[in-house]
Amino acid sequence: MNFAPIFEQFVYFKQGVIYTILLSFFTVLFGFILALGLTLLRMSKFKVLRWISTAYIEFVRGTPVLVQLMFVMYVVFGVIFNAPKVTLFGFIETERFIPGVVALSLNSAAYVSEILRAGISAIDFGQSEAARSLGMTKSQTLSYIVLPQAIRNILPAIGNEFVSIIKETSVCSALGMQEIMYNANIVKSQTWLIAEPLIVAALLYFIITFTMSKIISYFERKMNSGYQR
Amino acid sequence: MDIKDNKEKLSAHLIEVKNLKKDFKKNVFILNDVNLTIDKGDVVVIVGPSGSGKSTFLRSLNMLETPTSGEIIFEGVNLADKKVNIDLRRQKMGMVFQHFNLFPHMTILKNLTIAPTKVLKISEEEAEKTAMELLEKVGLSDKANAYPIQLSGGQKQRIAIVRALCMKPDVMLFDEPTSALDPEMVGEVLEVMKSLAKDGMTMVVVTHEMGFAREVGTRILFMDGGKIIEENSPNEFFDNPQSPRLQDFLSKVL
Repeated sequence: MNFAPIFEQFVYFKQGVIYTILLSFFTVLFGFILALGLTLLRMSKFKVLRWISTAYIEFVRGTPVLVQLMFVMYVVFGVIFNAPKVTLFGFIETERFIPGVVALSLNSAAYVSEILRAGISAIDFGQSEAARSLGMTKSQTLSYIVLPQAIRNILPAIGNEFVSIIKETSVCSALGMQEIMYNANIVKSQTWLIAEPLIVAALLYFIITFTMSKIISYFERKMNSGYQR
Repeated sequence: MDIKDNKEKLSAHLIEVKNLKKDFKKNVFILNDVNLTIDKGDVVVIVGPSGSGKSTFLRSLNMLETPTSGEIIFEGVNLADKKVNIDLRRQKMGMVFQHFNLFPHMTILKNLTIAPTKVLKISEEEAEKTAMELLEKVGLSDKANAYPIQLSGGQKQRIAIVRALCMKPDVMLFDEPTSALDPEMVGEVLEVMKSLAKDGMTMVVVTHEMGFAREVGTRILFMDGGKIIEENSPNEFFDNPQSPRLQDFLSKVL
């Protein structure tokens, strides 16, 4: 093993880590917001809205993320919209980054929405009844009573989903997004080393996902304090 | 807001139930033409065998169950009318459930103040002051910062009563409030309910506690098969039951 040439090229990995973290961060953020919307649609009293939401979730879960990425990048942002062409920090090209975030958010929203739905339906219906009997509206009941309990219950599952989003961003290298895997390939071709760049990439992913799990379990502990025996 | 407010009141009673029906299949009635009037200060106790529709009836009073037909006129407004803002009406109807349904993710104090602050938009300080006064009354002021899971069943139910009272309701609905409690905790909850009745609160109580019905009730109803079979003053109800169905029921429970 010869890691010395890798350290000379470390700037590539540094950029890759920043790219991966930003890509994951925006995906988690927008994915969660979209998921909330999908879940609300799914609980709507209108059959059409419920159907749309269910169909969307089933379709997204039933197709590969690579296909979704390419579709969003080459069809949605190639034909219908134009992503702005700006380069951030000298290496993040928004015309790739934005479609990437959009596609991954649309994808993760379907999974997170399923988790949210399961979490909400696990809350005893008596909780909603008690809240409604006090005069709370449907949305007050959801936001003060049901969601806080549901999110606490599903935090481990949400954490898993966030971790898998981070790992899934590696697919984006296939579309020229300069995240960790893309840069590992660059280092590979420049140093003629095969194992070492992959080992470094794997370690970097692990550090990010492990930190993420630790952050999630910190919140888990915090939300559970006082409220469990 | 509710435009019905300015209109002529539909009933002179606090609550008037007219021809209330609920079926879950065609012609299988859970409630079959129930009529009842409740006036201010009444303590109406509903007894009957399980499956008689008494809980469904109580839950229709604040529209937790949607009736198939009929009217529930509360303070002059027909709650069964879909155009009525039910959230606004429920503010005035407190409800206590068999399984307490306290919010487990909040402290007791927060359980008590969440509805007044979010629904009535009362300030946090004022809501807390009211909550603490009521907690004092039921002897649980030391539990203000505890979580529901740290309380016994009887304590939880007393908190649930206080939670409803914090909204300053005009009527309190009790859905088998002591049925999920250990026997030694039933007394403490009934004590709170008795003192509420003494303070003049209008109450509708579904219960199996015949002693409570007799002592506190102003009127007792016997329900069976989705109908009110008999309605009478406590003494007449227990000492001189008219219908054979009630005589049979009383012979089993007393």
